Amino acid sequence: MVEQTTESAHPSVPVTEISAGLPSTWHRIWDSDVFYSFRASKVTMVAAFVTFMIFFLATFAPLVAPHSPFDVATIDLMDAELPPAWEAEGDQRFLLGTDNLGRDLWSTILYGTRISLVVGFLSVIFGLVVGVSLGLISGYVGGFVDAFIMRVAEIQLSIPSILIALLVAGTLRGVLSAEAYNDAIVYVLVLTIGTSIWPQFARTVRGSTLVERNKEYVLAARVIGLSRLAIMVRHVLPNVMGPVLVIATINLAIAILTEATLSFLGVGVPPTEPSLGTMISEGQNYLFSGLWWITIFPGIVLAALVLAVNLLGDWLRDALNPKLR
Amino acid sequence: MIAFLIRRLLQAIAVMAVVALCAFFMFQFVGDPVNQMVGEDATNEDREYLREQLGLNDPIPVQFANFAIKAAQGDFGVSYQHKRKVSILILERMPATLELAVTAAIIAALLGVPAGVYTGLRRFGFTSKLIMTLSLVGISLPTFLIGILLIYLFAVILGWLPSFGRGEVVKLGTWETNYLSVSGLKSIILPAVTLGLFQMTFIMRLIRSEMLEVLRADFIKFARARGLPNRLVHYGHALKNTLVPVITIIGLQLGSLIAFAIITETVFQWPGMGQLFLQAVQVVDIPIMAAYLILIAFFFVVINLIVDMLYYVVDPRLRVDLPSGGGHG
Repeated sequence: MVEQTTESAHPSVPVTEISAGLPSTWHRIWDSDVFYSFRASKVTMVAAFVTFMIFFLATFAPLVAPHSPFDVATIDLMDAELPPAWEAEGDQRFLLGTDNLGRDLWSTILYGTRISLVVGFLSVIFGLVVGVSLGLISGYVGGFVDAFIMRVAEIQLSIPSILIALLVAGTLRGVLSAEAYNDAIVYVLVLTIGTSIWPQFARTVRGSTLVERNKEYVLAARVIGLSRLAIMVRHVLPNVMGPVLVIATINLAIAILTEATLSFLGVGVPPTEPSLGTMISEGQNYLFSGLWWITIFPGIVLAALVLAVNLLGDWLRDALNPKLR
Repeated sequence: MIAFLIRRLLQAIAVMAVVALCAFFMFQFVGDPVNQMVGEDATNEDREYLREQLGLNDPIPVQFANFAIKAAQGDFGVSYQHKRKVSILILERMPATLELAVTAAIIAALLGVPAGVYTGLRRFGFTSKLIMTLSLVGISLPTFLIGILLIYLFAVILGWLPSFGRGEVVKLGTWETNYLSVSGLKSIILPAVTLGLFQMTFIMRLIRSEMLEVLRADFIKFARARGLPNRLVHYGHALKNTLVPVITIIGLQLGSLIAFAIITETVFQWPGMGQLFLQAVQVVDIPIMAAYLILIAFFFVVINLIVDMLYYVVDPRLRVDLPSGGGHG
């Protein structure tokens, strides 16, 4: 699994290529199975392009965005509720129109996507670290620890993750003051969403660990007297990480959706901060006045982002699964 | 059979105990219930008296036992925000959520099953591919966005359907129903479609893949060889054999319908349990949050139990005793 993901460690370079001089790294990536299946699927290429564009634009939002939604000096309430530039009443300065506060919608979307992506990535990393560690311990140590961790994971998996997220968010709201909650909202969301996704990592890693722990290299490591921790981290872990990448990708889409949903429901990012969820939520109030763009544009970006990441995850799952070739 | 039932029942009780423990710890860690209940000017003696009354001075295991016993009787205390019994608040709002979830499930099944059969039979047809692509988009759209889009289309632009609330409800005893008035029926369409859309695509994809598998089976070839008409082969033989897993999944999804109703109820301002729960989360009304958690867990456990038993009835292989050492519950 791992050899296929990191192309520099490609195990079998065909003889013909060696005789023609060692191929460059770039060529080896281009000829690899994974990249071949990437080239073969147009949908995947479009999805990768969309994902990359959204990542790029959001990362460089301060450079790309024509206005800053945080800079009060540049925001004028006189500009509020302008339709997109191509409509009759549109203003050329505001490509996608403005929201109820006079913020340029295009810039606000860029900054909002940034928060969504940061929360999404950090949540997945948090869930991944917790899930992989617990799964590794569960599979390698076994016994009571294993039974306990897996039972907790099973119970949590049987309850919808949005409910878990809401309960964690609600509890944290009670523990922290309102101000501290809003200040630490990114961490709160990461904790909330990460908590709701760790069982999937744990179960997968535990499954692969159960297979790996009986292999000879683990036995060899035990014979030379390595500690349990060293065996788990240095020897078993690299061999169980393959499927984790797929789960992480699919969960990135889920984490972005959950963040948007929590913000929409009013327990995520505070309404004053731009995030895709809060923008859609704010826009809903203006839908009846015909101001469709405030809701629809952030909605399109959110849907496109989630769809593209989902498609990439699907492709990755198939490409890394040797049984499907 | 009895051993199997007892084992499943014990597992269910263990799960409920863990969930109750979580709910109990929410009370322990979050805020002081006494502060929530008394006014600013309460004296220390008042507080101490209330503490004693509420049993907050007891050892924690005793408190948990009291909590569990009360919860099992449906008593979750008084809401901080509404100052009323949580059990009554939830019971008042349960009909709205249950009707929404059931309507959504019916819509999902009525549309999802035929669509699944169609896409399974005409695998390479243009319409099938269109339906499959649309379903992929449907899965990627978040529930709240689907709701907003439907409101914009059918309530704002076309003006056909109401965009929020339950409309006129008819009282049947204590149960308020949407089904018996025109405005009630109109009001339930948009939220139910929003809630059911994901389940619909789910059912459709499931039936499609099951159909593809069953259609390759020998008994289908035999049925065709007997000269049975296509309709009978497809619906009498093929579809019937796909339904066992489908019914299981629909059963299991009913619980998540109730949970996802939180989002739909917010979008459509539907006065159900989900809205009550969300308001409770926003103002940290722990009794309602705890009660909702236990209630949802209870739904899940009961549905799981029923599904397990159905499996047992349907699949004779399960009746052979499972290897010992399975099941840690």
